[in-house]
Amino acid sequence: MNRFKLEKIVPYVILTVIGILFIFPLLWVLVASVDPNAQQALKTPDSLTTSNFTSILKDGAILRSFAIGLFLSLGQAVLVVLFAGLAAYPLSRYALKFKKPFMYTILFMTSLPITAVMVPVYQLFVYIDLQDSLIGTVLFLTASGLPYAIWMMKNFMDAVPLELEESAWIDGASVWEGLRRVVAPLMIPGICTVAIFTFSGSWGNFFVPYILIQTPEKFPASVTIFQFFGNYGMVEYGKLAAFSLIYTMPAVVLYIFSQRFMSQGFSLGGASKG
Amino acid sequence: MYTGMGCGMNTDPVLSHEIQIKEKRKKDYTLFRSILFLLPTWIILLIFFVGPILLTFYFAFTNLSLTGTEAKSLEFTGFQNFVTMFQDPNFRISMVNTIVFLVFSAVIGQQVLGFILALLMKEKNTSFRRIIGIIVIAGWVTPEIVVAFCWVAFLSDNGTLNMILGNMGMKPVTWLYTFPMISVIIANIWHGTAFSMLVYQAALDDVPKSVEEAAVIDGASRFQLLLRIVLPMMKGSIVTNMILVTLQTLGVFTLIFAMTGGGPGASTQTLPIFMYNQAFVNYQLGYGTAISLILLLIGIVSSTIYIRYMKVEI
Repeated sequence: MNRFKLEKIVPYVILTVIGILFIFPLLWVLVASVDPNAQQALKTPDSLTTSNFTSILKDGAILRSFAIGLFLSLGQAVLVVLFAGLAAYPLSRYALKFKKPFMYTILFMTSLPITAVMVPVYQLFVYIDLQDSLIGTVLFLTASGLPYAIWMMKNFMDAVPLELEESAWIDGASVWEGLRRVVAPLMIPGICTVAIFTFSGSWGNFFVPYILIQTPEKFPASVTIFQFFGNYGMVEYGKLAAFSLIYTMPAVVLYIFSQRFMSQGFSLGGASKG
Repeated sequence: MYTGMGCGMNTDPVLSHEIQIKEKRKKDYTLFRSILFLLPTWIILLIFFVGPILLTFYFAFTNLSLTGTEAKSLEFTGFQNFVTMFQDPNFRISMVNTIVFLVFSAVIGQQVLGFILALLMKEKNTSFRRIIGIIVIAGWVTPEIVVAFCWVAFLSDNGTLNMILGNMGMKPVTWLYTFPMISVIIANIWHGTAFSMLVYQAALDDVPKSVEEAAVIDGASRFQLLLRIVLPMMKGSIVTNMILVTLQTLGVFTLIFAMTGGGPGASTQTLPIFMYNQAFVNYQLGYGTAISLILLLIGIVSSTIYIRYMKVEI
């Protein structure tokens, strides 16, 4: 009887310990952000303040970096959804000779580390005069996000029954109208999943804009926060923590939001990537 | 799914010929439409994805440079970069660092911890499960750069860990200088484990209850059940997850860059950091590209194994 009890308790104990170990590094950001005299070590604040947040949100340069980050991620997400949606249609609906090799190439591309091509991408951008260009960065981000988006989008589109589209065609709709008015609305959860995935991916990406953008005025939040860390990180812990929290917020909110669309859980049926 | 199928029941030769022509026209139009729909994707991928990969293969064999006389005269230098690389002690260090980082943070750390979490959380109290899940996933959702800040604050000389040690009467440790590799490995485990946990939770849920029950009736112990029944059934998820996590970890730059900058010395300099230093700090783009080619080749081999293994239906 005793052994049975122990077997039940031990997992809870181990999980609690892991949980505590996991939460420690995170606690610092949460606590330091509301502490007027935050230090590097975690401590209980003597008083609570929102001044860290307000001073970050009043800083014009930081606000601009958030706007630029939004432009990059939103621009990328819109282009990716649009292009992937268009590409997924023939891949889902028609029997094409090049479909198999193309889909394999796409799958292959989803798993290649982007880090490996950043040096030649930089050189390419110098050649075609796109370095330090936000539009250029959006286009590169679009290319890096497209393979996975096409893969997901095709799977989502496969789930939309052809009969619904056909009945629209009988009513005189063109293929394009069918895609826009019948298929796309039925795929809203899928489209949102792709958009959220793409957006959060580039919102958190530091390396790509760090390489492709040179003018500090054009840095997105991911790069500005790194600079802030370099310049004030060792002094203004409270502000760094507040900046980090504001910067992390969109990723958290979008993750929670995406859970509503991905109710079937997290299976490696397709190519899943974090 | 196909369109334009389901004819051919017609026996009238003339009519069937007409239908054939119609089918042909429809097919041609289908092809035209497919190309039209795929065109934006092809253009973008060709310029910004395939292009850089091809350039990697080209630049790796040149003396491409950001500054100096070489910047003006791009020359083909054959295997010179690779000769330099294999003689460069920094390359060897980076290679070893990359392997250590991969093995301990991806293969062992995230996989094993993710699996243990998934296993222990199975059939536990729902709210308890949820709380632990949220804590672990929080580390995953947090952007890499913020993960780096959290861990610098935790491990730095005046950080949380040393404060705890001090309260317990122990001497502080300069974690990021004395144990830099362990520090970045732990930070990366913290950031990545949730992915493996979610994958393994789904895989464990897919193991049919009846199979487990049958094994228990046959007298299998818990450990035997796990080793002989559950793990073999999860083989597919384990292999795919292993390759995906390895590929992701191979590309980790930001976390190490922000935490240690590859240092102290070259002690946490993995291949991506080494590549960055050569290309953008020393301005040797050709040499930097040769290093990225090595990264790319490792990536290509792993991806190929992954696709072979997946055996997906397209």
